[in-house]
Amino acid sequence: MRRSVSIAVLAAAFVLGTLGLGAGQRSYVANAQERMSTMEVKIDNFSFGPVTLTVPVGTTVTWINRDDIPHTVVSTDDSMTFKSKVLDTDEKFSFTFSKAGTYPYFCSIRPKMTGKVIVQ
Amino acid sequence: MSEKRKDELLNDHNHDGVDRRGFLKCMAWAGTGAFCVMKGGVLNSYSLSRFSEMNTADMMGELSFVQISDSHMGFNKPANPDVAGTLKAAVGKINALSSAPEFMLHTGDISHLSKPEEFDTVDQILKSATPKDVFYVPGEHDVLNDDGKQFLERYEKGSKGAGWYSFEKKGVHFIGLVNVMNLKAGGLGTLGHDQLEWLEDDVKHLKHSTPIVVFAHIPLWSVYPEWGWGTDDSAQPLAYLKKFGSVTVLNGHIHQTMQKVEGNVTFHTAASTAFPQPAPGKADSPGPMKVPAEQLKSVLGITDVNYIQGKHALAVVDSSLA
Repeated sequence: MRRSVSIAVLAAAFVLGTLGLGAGQRSYVANAQERMSTMEVKIDNFSFGPVTLTVPVGTTVTWINRDDIPHTVVSTDDSMTFKSKVLDTDEKFSFTFSKAGTYPYFCSIRPKMTGKVIVQ
Repeated sequence: MSEKRKDELLNDHNHDGVDRRGFLKCMAWAGTGAFCVMKGGVLNSYSLSRFSEMNTADMMGELSFVQISDSHMGFNKPANPDVAGTLKAAVGKINALSSAPEFMLHTGDISHLSKPEEFDTVDQILKSATPKDVFYVPGEHDVLNDDGKQFLERYEKGSKGAGWYSFEKKGVHFIGLVNVMNLKAGGLGTLGHDQLEWLEDDVKHLKHSTPIVVFAHIPLWSVYPEWGWGTDDSAQPLAYLKKFGSVTVLNGHIHQTMQKVEGNVTFHTAASTAFPQPAPGKADSPGPMKVPAEQLKSVLGITDVNYIQGKHALAVVDSSLA
């Protein structure tokens, strides 16, 4: 629910930016937007990189699997805040963090692989 | 010469440098399994890739079967672009055995992504094997997305819990365990309380002289915990099996052969029919290893182990391929 709301906000911001601004300004806004709200975690060599990612509230984190072996991204808090389906090579999973906190997660197929997102 | 090179390049559909010639070389190592024979209550295990060097006497015993593992049907990366071909090669080797094994064990990772068509392909290929019965345990790749429902439906109707079971063949007690479910962050393979309770009960009434064969996907001994190559609660089942004179544990998961003896228990891991993985700690991660076909034999260093029963303990003769 929260996630779809923030996606809608992002989409609205993008539409406004596209319609209302000149080409130069638009690309500036888009870059700033990207820096602020989208972060990537690479899954490579059976590890998450960066292992600990600190982001502001509202950030969308995208995990991308660069291994030859499938992985998952599953949070380990009691309410299992996020859980990806199985990600084959080059597949992605995104989650938008709308609440501050520490979110530990792991790969449920290769459980030695763990990571953490800190939302401030 | 130029004609030949042209031919090789034409076949390089995956742009990975593996042509048909190279691929056939791959099959020499990849299409492997283990031939197991029970002799005097002790299990001997031989790699099928060394089969031509074995003599008939080695193969005779009370009971023989074949272990195959880690077919990863659906995998298509450069480490092996044709896992169906290498599984067929393994079946070819099984069918060439002069003394037909009674059945097969598959120690998991039948599929790569738990897709129905991947399981279908393996089923189809294994139908052409001489031994008709196949006993399975799941690997973590077989229980993706549905907590193993599809796996149970296909292979283990009537089994307990997540798919554990036991059966008897010619006086040998076989136990299939599941250690790929409900894995915990930072942990290794897990058997869990229910399964351990069942196991204790399952072996309680067996005579101490009954030979025991345990098979499960992830090793039940600590091969390399840093890469998750072990099972967190494996001490408990081994304690239940202490009273038996002959216990053999067969695993897969690590895509290479390894052996260990601990008291009355001998541990084996089988090679994959699909692709090799690095030796413990010899790479950044345990990912699929792409090695030139010519070098593979030396990298894998296939080892056979012959177990010879002494008066009170097992004597081990270790012989390497090199």
